[in-house]
Amino acid sequence: MSLWNRHKIFEKNSIILIVGILAVIAIGGLVEITPLFYLKSTIEAVDGVRPYTPLELAGRNIYVREGCYLCHSQMIRPLRDEVERYGHYSLAAESMYDHPFQWGSKRTGPDLARVGGKYSDDWHVTHLINPRSIVPQSVMPGYPALARTELDPSDAAAHLRTNRAVGVPYTDEQIVNAAADLRAQVDPDGSGTDAFQKRYPKAVVRNFDGKAGNPTELDALIAYLQMLGTLVDFKLYNEKANLR
Amino acid sequence: MTGPSSVSKSMTMGEAGLASALAAFAFISFLGAAMGHDAAFSFHASLACAASLIAVIMIGNRYLDRPAELPPAEIGGRPNYNLGPIKFASAMAMFWGIAGFTVGLIIALQLAWPALNFDLPWTTFGRLRPLHTSAVIFAFGGNVLIATSFYVVQKTCRTRLAGDLSPWFVVVGYNFFILIAGTGYLLGVTQSKEYAEPEWYADLWLTIVWVTYLLVFLMTLVKRKEPHIFVANWFYLAFIITIAVLHLGNNPALPVSLLGSKSYIAWGGVQDAMFQWWYGHNAVGFFLTAGFLAIMYYFIPKRAERPIYSYRLSIIHFWALIFLYIWAGPHHLHYTALPDWAQTLGMTFSIMLWMPSWGGMINGLMTLSGAWDKLRTDPVLRMMVVSVAFYGMSTFEGPMMSIKVVNSLSHYTDWTIGHVHSGALGWVGFVSFGALYCLVPWLWNRQLYSVKLVNWHFWISTIGIVLYISAMWVSGILQGLMWRAYTSLGFLEYSFIESVEAMHPFYIIRAAGGALFLVGALIMAFNLWMTVNAGRASETEGASALQPAE
Repeated sequence: MSLWNRHKIFEKNSIILIVGILAVIAIGGLVEITPLFYLKSTIEAVDGVRPYTPLELAGRNIYVREGCYLCHSQMIRPLRDEVERYGHYSLAAESMYDHPFQWGSKRTGPDLARVGGKYSDDWHVTHLINPRSIVPQSVMPGYPALARTELDPSDAAAHLRTNRAVGVPYTDEQIVNAAADLRAQVDPDGSGTDAFQKRYPKAVVRNFDGKAGNPTELDALIAYLQMLGTLVDFKLYNEKANLR
Repeated sequence: MTGPSSVSKSMTMGEAGLASALAAFAFISFLGAAMGHDAAFSFHASLACAASLIAVIMIGNRYLDRPAELPPAEIGGRPNYNLGPIKFASAMAMFWGIAGFTVGLIIALQLAWPALNFDLPWTTFGRLRPLHTSAVIFAFGGNVLIATSFYVVQKTCRTRLAGDLSPWFVVVGYNFFILIAGTGYLLGVTQSKEYAEPEWYADLWLTIVWVTYLLVFLMTLVKRKEPHIFVANWFYLAFIITIAVLHLGNNPALPVSLLGSKSYIAWGGVQDAMFQWWYGHNAVGFFLTAGFLAIMYYFIPKRAERPIYSYRLSIIHFWALIFLYIWAGPHHLHYTALPDWAQTLGMTFSIMLWMPSWGGMINGLMTLSGAWDKLRTDPVLRMMVVSVAFYGMSTFEGPMMSIKVVNSLSHYTDWTIGHVHSGALGWVGFVSFGALYCLVPWLWNRQLYSVKLVNWHFWISTIGIVLYISAMWVSGILQGLMWRAYTSLGFLEYSFIESVEAMHPFYIIRAAGGALFLVGALIMAFNLWMTVNAGRASETEGASALQPAE
């Protein structure tokens, strides 16, 4: 009986009630979130993972803008069928430079964590403009406007700088050359290719949308899709390296 | 308009302060609109500028029209309740409900017939889906919560709502946030965090509105005339505070430019995922559960004219629910790159959460002891009781789906969508409808226009929900099984697109269910409209003694 009476202290004082609520709801979040910032298994470094190129980042922003994550996950679970269907299960490190993460929660369409290199650029151009011309049963919307919309390279540096402020290790050189790098990645015959590839080793330089001229939103989105899941070489990846 | 008065009339600090703050804000927004880096930002700044100017004019008009003295806290020894903002929020709830259900129906049809995307940027599934979720959760649900909380806190504290302009600021400011968020989605302004999609400036605005909401609610509690804080108010308070904490934790972002809509979230990768689902699951736990449980704890006893079944159970229910819910987020991240220990913690607490959830359900249902016969005659009460039953069903299904082996099948499939909608349509929808059917006659002092129409609404919507959730169970489990099916030779049996094709009939059934739910809501809107505009005056004095419907 006395214990029930003690509850009166919460019922008779709104400030004590607030303090009680705050204390009770703080515990779970603190226990589950705080360790993620220092546990080695969460913040492991894996060879090959690099920040996005300015063009890939622009493509990623289009992916975010169009809400692609609402139907496509980017998180391969370590289950037999998923590893066989999509490839090696996803590592934490592979999304370490993702602000925000794009793991998704629904697969109305297939997982895209390792879609990079799976299809040709042409396939993506056709599919993004009209999915049913290439996959008749698809329920995906078409995005013809992407091919018509040119990117604005002028704010590329600002995007990189903001990313650096939230923890992505872009160098000063990468930031200064962001706009030039954005153009260079779609222009394999241009003069900027060597400098670009020095700043972003192994990044692919191609005319992704197959059309001459300034980079379009379609270029950017395909550049992003084609690099997804390709950064880590799993022949060399040692999954025991970060255990302890 | 002003009668003779002994007090000379002057603007209150609140009126003068808010009007000047809004005037300054209108000026800043004007500059933002003129100098904005992208069209969406300029559009939103123009909306903010126009809205602030209109608000300044309305504050001025209100001042000119009102008597010298502000409305008294009591008239003839009885509290002079402030009902205006509640009426506004109730009407907005009905409006956004219809809008949100309609968009839901459209995107359901898009999944069945993709040509309905029209391949225009503004009409694709990816942009409309956040519009649907935000419209139903935050616009419909949020307005119901604000309206009922302002009503319940006044009634159970027997005192007038704290503040003069601030309650209006809360309801109007909140709906302005919805407008910015919703138009932003259509224009592609999103930070892509599910149920937290609005960009940085909308988040900042919501923070201001929400803190005001907390202060209005809290100050009303502080000046209460009852010694005890009624149980419904504990739940409302936990909802308001926790949503504030979640909002601040999940949304810190750095804008690329103060004159542009795009920002980058402070958290990255795994940490961002954990923050997101800590937020996402507790938006369910505190917005869609604790808030609506407060509605259950006030409106069901009131309507059934019976006391709450068990006071002790409500104490256990409250503390156990808010303590356990916070831990459950990682069950959205099973088998991902989130560390195993966090996943296991999330699963364990999700299963434990079953207990307080059902404790609360029992407390709600057993409140009808001795009044079960009313279910036959009062469809409003029936709606609320069925909502509690749906609550029980969803809160059993949820813990089950959080078990890792079950989740390995159910995750990423339509089963999740079905689960969400049994909670959203059955629990949140029905308890909100019930509350609005009670609240609108009380606020406008009318008798409900038609009890028969409530009956129609109840049955049409119930059939809609059953169609919806059973279609999603079948399609979700089918999808999950097809993805993991192997042939006898050890190859994957189905390509992904075959699973997409198999969903088609279920997507049609689901859309039909959603259409029925929408029809029910339209009937409700008509009924409430007629109640306010053509209803007979309530026979009993005041709102306290309501008439059970026949």
